[in-house]
Amino acid sequence: MSADVEWLPAALELRSVERVYPGSPPVPALAGIDLRVESGEFVAVVGPSGSGKSTLLNVIGTLDRPTAGTMHIAGAEVSALSDRERSGIRAEHLGFVFQQFHLLEGADLVDNVAAGLVYRGCPRRERRRRARLALDRVGLSHRLAHRPPQLSGGERQRVAIARAIVGEPTFVLADEPTGNLDSVNTDVIVELLHELHAQGSTMIVVTHDKDLAATFPRCVQMHDGRIVGDRS
Amino acid sequence: MRVGDALAIGTYGLRSRRGRSALTAIGIAIGIAAIVAVFGISSSSRADVLAQIDELGTDLLMVRPGDDMFGERATLPVDAPAMIRRIAPVTAATAVSSFDADVQRNELADIQNALDVLGAETDLLSTLDGTLDEGVFLDDGSSELPTVVLGSVAAERLGITSLAASPTVSIAGAPFTVVGILDPLPLHPDLDRAVMIGVGAAERFLEAEVIPTRVYLRVEPEYVEDVRAVLGRTANPAAPNEVEVSRPSDALEARARVDEGLQRLLIGLGAVALVVGGVGVANVMVISVLERRGEVGLRRALGAARHHVALQFLTESALLSTIGGVLGVGIGAAATAWYANRQGWQLDVPLEVLGLSIVVALLLGVVAGLYPAVRAARLDPATAVRPTS
Repeated sequence: MSADVEWLPAALELRSVERVYPGSPPVPALAGIDLRVESGEFVAVVGPSGSGKSTLLNVIGTLDRPTAGTMHIAGAEVSALSDRERSGIRAEHLGFVFQQFHLLEGADLVDNVAAGLVYRGCPRRERRRRARLALDRVGLSHRLAHRPPQLSGGERQRVAIARAIVGEPTFVLADEPTGNLDSVNTDVIVELLHELHAQGSTMIVVTHDKDLAATFPRCVQMHDGRIVGDRS
Repeated sequence: MRVGDALAIGTYGLRSRRGRSALTAIGIAIGIAAIVAVFGISSSSRADVLAQIDELGTDLLMVRPGDDMFGERATLPVDAPAMIRRIAPVTAATAVSSFDADVQRNELADIQNALDVLGAETDLLSTLDGTLDEGVFLDDGSSELPTVVLGSVAAERLGITSLAASPTVSIAGAPFTVVGILDPLPLHPDLDRAVMIGVGAAERFLEAEVIPTRVYLRVEPEYVEDVRAVLGRTANPAAPNEVEVSRPSDALEARARVDEGLQRLLIGLGAVALVVGGVGVANVMVISVLERRGEVGLRRALGAARHHVALQFLTESALLSTIGGVLGVGIGAAATAWYANRQGWQLDVPLEVLGLSIVVALLLGVVAGLYPAVRAARLDPATAVRPTS
C-alpha cells in the first residue's frame, strides 16, 4: 500500500526552482525551492516582505515562469509549456484570491464568479448555475444581483473566494487574502478558508500575518528566496 | 471560445464605461453620417433629375446646322424638316427659324433684352411636350396674324405676367398681340428666352426669309440611335457633316453629374472625420488597457490565454466602432430624408452604402483595436495582478 502511494504524483511538486529577475546585478527572487504539496493540504507561506513568497505564489500559479528547475502540477511538467497551455492549466487547476479582490465592478456577483468558467468553454447557463452554488458556499446567496461596489470589503473577498472555488480547482492560491480587511472581516475570511479546506479544497495562502499562519496545519517559512522552515 | 461569450466579454468594458463609450462612438458616427448623407443626398438629387428626364423624354432629338468647311455657320436646306419627317420611326418633327429682329415692350422702350424672335410651327409645343402658363399656342389661323407666344423668361423680361389687358409687344417695330405665355421648358432654356410667331406672320410682317435653324423630332424610343445615325444625311444630303445632332436630355443628365467634384470633397471630409474617429477609438482603447491592468491580470489568472485577452479588446474596439457606425447611418439617413423632403425629392439612399458604412466602421474598429489589443495581451500577468503602486 505505502509503496503505491509513493508512485502517485503529488498535487504540486517544485524541484530546485529558481526565479532570477534580469537586471544589473540580477535579482534572485527564488533560489532553489524544493516543495511538495499533497492534495487536501492547507499550507501557509510566511516571510518578511521581499522574501520571495509572492513570487513563489506567482510561479506556482503559472503567472510567472521559473528561470531554472522544474514544476509539476497534477503530474504535468508546466514550466516548459506555452502560454496557451499554461492558461489552460490555470483555468482547469488553479483558483486565485488576491489581496485587492480584483472584482469586475460593472458586473453582478454571479457574473463575477462565473467569469473564469468562460475560459474553460463552459456554457453560460452552466456557468451561472455553478456561480450561484459557489456564492451559496460563501454565504452570499442573498446578494446575487448586487454589484461589487455595493459590498463591504469582507463580502468582496468572499465573492473572490467563491470565484476561486467555482471551478473545483486542484489548488486555491491566496495572496494576502486578509491584507485589506479589518480584524472582524479577517476572522470571517479565515473561518471560511478553514471551512473550505475541511470540505476538501487544497489551499496555499501567502501571508505576513504570523497569527493567521499559526492556525494553518502546515507553515512554510521563507527568507531571501529560500525555504528556511517547514512546520507541519 | 463561443462567439456569444466573446461578444459578452467585449461589451463588458463598454457597459461599465458608458459615457466614455458614447463619446467615442460619436466620433465614428459623425464620419459615417457625413458620408451617408453625401451619398444619400446626391443620389436622391440624381434620382430626381433622372425622373425629370424620363418625364421629359429621352426620345427627343434636335438637329441644327453646324459649321461648314470654312468654319462659317452653315444652314439647313429648307426642305430638311420634310425630309426628316419621312424617316419611319420619327413620330413628330417641327422646325423653328430664328429672325434677326428686336423685341420691345412697345416702340418707345429701348431695352437690350437679348430675346430671340423665332418662327414656330403650330406643332412645336406638342412635339416638345410643353405646357402653357396662360392663353393659347399659335394655330393655323393665328400663325398668319401678328400674334406672338412668349417663353417664360421672355415674358418676365418684357414685364408681361398676364394676358388680361391684351398686351402687345413690338417686334422689329410692328405690334404683335400676345396670345400665350409658356411654362418653363427644362430641356430648352433657349426657347424660354424666345418669343414665337407664326411662319406666315414672319414672312408677311417681318418680310423675313424662313430658313429652318433647328428641327426638333420625336423618335420611337428603341430607334433613337438608328435615327440619330441617319439624320445628318437626311437633313442635308449635300453636306451631312454640316449638320449637328444632339439629344437635349443628355445635357440635363450631364448636369446631374456636374457636382461630382463637390461630392468627392465632402466624402473626403467624411473620410477624414472617420480616420480621426478611428484614432479616437484607438486612443480610448489604449487608455482603457492601462486602466484595466488589474482586470487583464485577473482574467489571465482565471485562465485567459493571450489570444483571449487580445480578442476581448479587439471585440470591444470593433463593437464600439460598429455602434458608432450604426448611429452614423441613422443620422446620415435622417439628414438625407430631411433634406430630400425639404427639396421635394424622392428619398433614395442606396442600401449598399448603408451596409458598406457599417462594414467600414467595423473594420476601422478592428484596425484601431489591434495595437491596444496586442498591448493588453503582452501585459505580464504576474505584474498585472500586483497592486498598483
